[in-house]
Amino acid sequence: MEKPKLIINGKRLDGRDFEELRPIKIQVDVLKRADGSCYLEMGKNKIIAAVYGPREVHPRHLQDPSKAVIRYRYNMAPFSVEERKKPGPDRRSIEISKVSREALEPVIMKELFPRSGIDVFVEVLQADAGTRTACLNAASVALIDAGVMMKGIITSVAVAKVDGHIVLDPMKEEDFYGEADLPVAFLIRNDKIESIALLQMDGKMSVDEVKEGIKLAKKGAMQIYKLQREAIMKKYMEDEEKEEV
Amino acid sequence: MRRIVMPGDLIAKNPKVAGYGTYVEKGKVYAKYLGLLDENDTSIRVIPLKGRYIPFPGDVVIGIVREISANGWLVDIYSPYKAFLPVTEYPENSLKNKKINEVLDIGDVIVAKILNIDPKMKVTLTMKDKICKPIRVGRVVVINPARVPRVIGKKGSMIKLLKGELGIQIVVGQNGLIWINGDKKKLNIAEEAIHIIEKEAHTEGLTDRITEFIKSRKGEVCGEAEVNN
Repeated sequence: MEKPKLIINGKRLDGRDFEELRPIKIQVDVLKRADGSCYLEMGKNKIIAAVYGPREVHPRHLQDPSKAVIRYRYNMAPFSVEERKKPGPDRRSIEISKVSREALEPVIMKELFPRSGIDVFVEVLQADAGTRTACLNAASVALIDAGVMMKGIITSVAVAKVDGHIVLDPMKEEDFYGEADLPVAFLIRNDKIESIALLQMDGKMSVDEVKEGIKLAKKGAMQIYKLQREAIMKKYMEDEEKEEV
Repeated sequence: MRRIVMPGDLIAKNPKVAGYGTYVEKGKVYAKYLGLLDENDTSIRVIPLKGRYIPFPGDVVIGIVREISANGWLVDIYSPYKAFLPVTEYPENSLKNKKINEVLDIGDVIVAKILNIDPKMKVTLTMKDKICKPIRVGRVVVINPARVPRVIGKKGSMIKLLKGELGIQIVVGQNGLIWINGDKKKLNIAEEAIHIIEKEAHTEGLTDRITEFIKSRKGEVCGEAEVNN
């Protein structure tokens, strides 16, 4: 297929500016049986995350007597993409699970729960590029909702190089035909970006472009971070409003 | 209104005041989990809104016997860790030549106290305490363990209220299991009241609302009873 023009009159295909995020909707505590859960929409991405634990680990040999084990499962529903995806883990989802787990591990205070396990399950119900970043955002909110002890909040966003421009939060067409894709996750503590928790890249970018991209990602991450906090606050604020009525 | 804090929020600059629910890094105090901020002159702590029960020595808990071994019972205390109750920690006079499964069998519910916890989080229980006993009657209500302090109330005010208004027996386990016993209709009211406390634990003026609720429900139930008679 021929590559379409991705940037027309300084605007992107869906009318966004280069530094604009897709609309985000976050809902907390959507699953009754999970300790913490979150439903997140990021543009056309639809993601549901569930956190269980700390709880006993089975099989027993996986237990670690000095700290908790964290298990992260990223999974795409067969109906999440245009062409039906074969169900079950594949090379790609195993890799995403691994890097996402490694992004969350240093943030969670594992030493406080020896011999236990924290399970994070994220399901992609509808995919439209940048699912791993959306999943991390959802997982992070679900972890907070579960009351898991953490050093801060993980917020993640992708940047891409499209038609020579660095753009924030690419959608499917930009991811597909663009030159490069750079998902980043940050550890945010006390409204400040403390460190980078995840960084991957697909495609080609110069050093300066990567630097510019990370700067852009930081801006985007701060916006998402505010939405994540709002979503959690909303759950407890709503309860109170109801009582006042 | 207490402020809601999230993990990583800076809550104090003096590490001396750090209480539970906080961690200190480079002389600054941060919140460890989602909760309500409680501060006074000498300490700052975060009261959790959600989360599993983490055992603590001396806590009274309610548990269910899951496994029997030669020298004790494995008890599910609704925490990430199973607890062990050795036979030696069961009051001797009630053991008398009985087989171990005749004393407590799988599925039995007990009120027990946490004796100690080793660094590997192996939890040991004891039943050598006045409050400890196997439960054979009444019912057990399960709530979020983070809400237990509200069910107890300030210096036991909420328990006193439930006991006083309804005339029932009640034992609150720190792990979120609550045993209640008494008249069936009153138990229903108590159960409803406990669930209201659980749901609205983070709001103020709760005791008054519960008093009102119990009074109105008691009126309803007793009113119905009269009609039935």
